[in-house]
Amino acid sequence: MLRAARTVLLWEIGVGLWKTLVYFFKPKVTINYPYEKGPLSPRFRGEHALRRYANGEERCIACKLCEAICPAQAITIEAEPRADGSRRTTRYDIDMTKCIYCGFCEEACPVDAIVEGPNFEFAAETREELMYNKEKLLANGDRWETEIAQALAADAPYR
Amino acid sequence: MMVFWEGYALPALILIGWILLIVVPLLVGMALLTWYERKVLAAMMLRKGPNVVGPFGLLQPMADGLKLLMKETVIPSGANRAVFLFAPVLTFTLALIAWAVIPLGQSESGVWVISNINVGVLYLFAISSLGVYGIIMAGWASNSRYAFLGALRSAAQMVSYEVSIGFVLITVLIVAGSLNLAEIVLAQQGGFWNWYWIPLAPMFVVFFISALAETNRHPFDLPEAEAELVAGYFVEYSAFPFALFFLGEYINMIMMSGITAVLFMGGWLPPLDVSWLNWIPGPIWLALKIAFLLFVFIWVRATLPRYRYDQLMRLGWKVFLPLSLIAVVAYSGVLLYAGWLPA
Repeated sequence: MLRAARTVLLWEIGVGLWKTLVYFFKPKVTINYPYEKGPLSPRFRGEHALRRYANGEERCIACKLCEAICPAQAITIEAEPRADGSRRTTRYDIDMTKCIYCGFCEEACPVDAIVEGPNFEFAAETREELMYNKEKLLANGDRWETEIAQALAADAPYR
Repeated sequence: MMVFWEGYALPALILIGWILLIVVPLLVGMALLTWYERKVLAAMMLRKGPNVVGPFGLLQPMADGLKLLMKETVIPSGANRAVFLFAPVLTFTLALIAWAVIPLGQSESGVWVISNINVGVLYLFAISSLGVYGIIMAGWASNSRYAFLGALRSAAQMVSYEVSIGFVLITVLIVAGSLNLAEIVLAQQGGFWNWYWIPLAPMFVVFFISALAETNRHPFDLPEAEAELVAGYFVEYSAFPFALFFLGEYINMIMMSGITAVLFMGGWLPPLDVSWLNWIPGPIWLALKIAFLLFVFIWVRATLPRYRYDQLMRLGWKVFLPLSLIAVVAYSGVLLYAGWLPA
């Protein structure tokens, strides 16, 4: 009897309509993307960067651990001793179209040289632009150093 | 020459002026309706909806329309060209000509309507039934399985629900005592409690649900069930013919809301019979009622999942048809017994 009355009065449909009406007036969750951005975790793994020490010396010592661990084999490194006898890379390429952004290179690096920064807006119009070389990576490091340092510091207690 | 001018050309020009006065706001309203639908749906899904093109995204429909016009019209090689191209034109035209009898308002000189015919209800009923032809022709001429299945579904669905719409119309015209839409509106004078949606509440609900089915809207949008039929009867259409179908479908929605407003919500009448509400012109009240009904169309779309085909048929034939039949008998019985039959 009660069930029949509910069916005739379209009770369930009314409840559903009420629910959608309540949602109609709720604040919206959409982020107005290019103008508004969501929060990023300090562990966010975005575009790669090669960092420098505060005195401007590049950190990478060409140990090639990142190249060895890279599961996608996206990293290519060539190295030889520099004039002052220190070991430095002559070539450090990352194929961003191969990279799977797993962050292993960052984990493997003994000197925190290669890192994945917070930048995720590096879409390009050609494939060639995504073949990063050493200059590009170092430039990224210079550009994003503040943010990268902050993220590393924020995450350090949990490492 | 004078005879030609006064007897033929001038009335024709005035008539064309009237038609433009209705069609142009209608097309603008249709464009706004797509924006309105996207905004309301977005709000109910906790999104923002289009907000980039123009203020509040209001120019989005213009951008979409322009895109459709600039695209290439693809005609499938197996299609029957003439019928294929005629179908969208037919759908679009039928959606528009129904507006000839919808009364928009009233002044001392008479009712504001293009043609105030005495069989307005029958005319609307005939036009909305003809709407099936556009869809069947599109489905058949496309020579595609999906389109054909969509067209068959649509035809079966529209035919089924027209039956109960017919009976609902009969109850309304028994209560109003006229087939003239303007007189049906005038019979509902004197505040919103006199509108037929209260005395004819069950019929109002049946009519509204049938209107959803008639315009192939959710939850009865089986003809275009994208999960099964890709897009239904207009899969093969692109660019301008597609735009015509789209326009036709949305104008049909506006038209069904308009008919509902005229039959059950007092057409151009204000909700209260007081002077400052009467001062607002009738077309605005009608537009407000149509906007409210369209909101309910979209609201239902945001709420209910699509019916299964057998459920749709069951609802149409085993629930609505007996219900509306009984209602015709019950309403006319009560009216006759109580002596309330209009003269």
